[in-house]
Amino acid sequence: MTNAVTDNTLGTAEQKATIEKVSIIVSKGSLEGIYPALIMANGARNEGIDANLFFTFFGMDAIHKDRHDHIKVATVGNPGLHMPTWAGGLPGVSGLATKMMEKKIEALDFPGIPEFIEMIHDTGAGVYACLASVDLFGFTKDDLIDEVDDIITVGDFYEMAAGGQIIFT
Amino acid sequence: MATTTLAGKTVEVNDEGFLVDPNEWTEEMATELAELHGVATPLTDRHWVVINYMRKEYFENGTGATVRKLGKASGVNTKELFQLFPKGPAKLSAMIAGIPKPKGCI
Repeated sequence: MTNAVTDNTLGTAEQKATIEKVSIIVSKGSLEGIYPALIMANGARNEGIDANLFFTFFGMDAIHKDRHDHIKVATVGNPGLHMPTWAGGLPGVSGLATKMMEKKIEALDFPGIPEFIEMIHDTGAGVYACLASVDLFGFTKDDLIDEVDDIITVGDFYEMAAGGQIIFT
Repeated sequence: MATTTLAGKTVEVNDEGFLVDPNEWTEEMATELAELHGVATPLTDRHWVVINYMRKEYFENGTGATVRKLGKASGVNTKELFQLFPKGPAKLSAMIAGIPKPKGCI
């Protein structure tokens, strides 16, 4: 069966447009930068859509062995938190906001980031690291979690993403 | 709403093909539903573990399980779920089990 996403206005009423593949780029290292991308990748697989996750720049923290379990909410320059920027910069505030968010995530029985990435990988989605970022931060494959399928170039990425939708977060 | 004939019985289905009334479902309909929606048949015992779990969840909680819940509680892990139902385990097993599409983002 096909997954109806939007009505195809160019076609007849019976024809539905479908998304067959998504390539999601994660470039930020904050909880709110990473989590929505994981929800989108997981949700795509659950709808039968092919999905690949590409981690680049600070998004690499989500697949870094020592860091992926310590992803924090950004409390500075984040108007959505409804607190003054100066308060967000005080010691411990980011940790506190993260704890609160993690509690909510846990209460809803949503997975934490390490478990979520493992689960997404189990759904058959690809997990890739950006070569330029690996070089920039001086990482090696050993620094990255086992779910990482490969370290790839931007050219490889476009080849892999061809014919699908690209989402940048 | 449209109607379709499954296992010799006429049933109402929604525009995605989900049965409107889960009580109209019979086990004999499962194979036909699987064939209609691209799940390899014959259905194996492992498929049935998932299908039965989905029906149990639906009648106990009012909605079928999401993939995460299936992976944690049905006895079939995420990897195998996608082998059994490649185009979406929760959605397709709900379809074959004659229950509505499960709600939930994760």
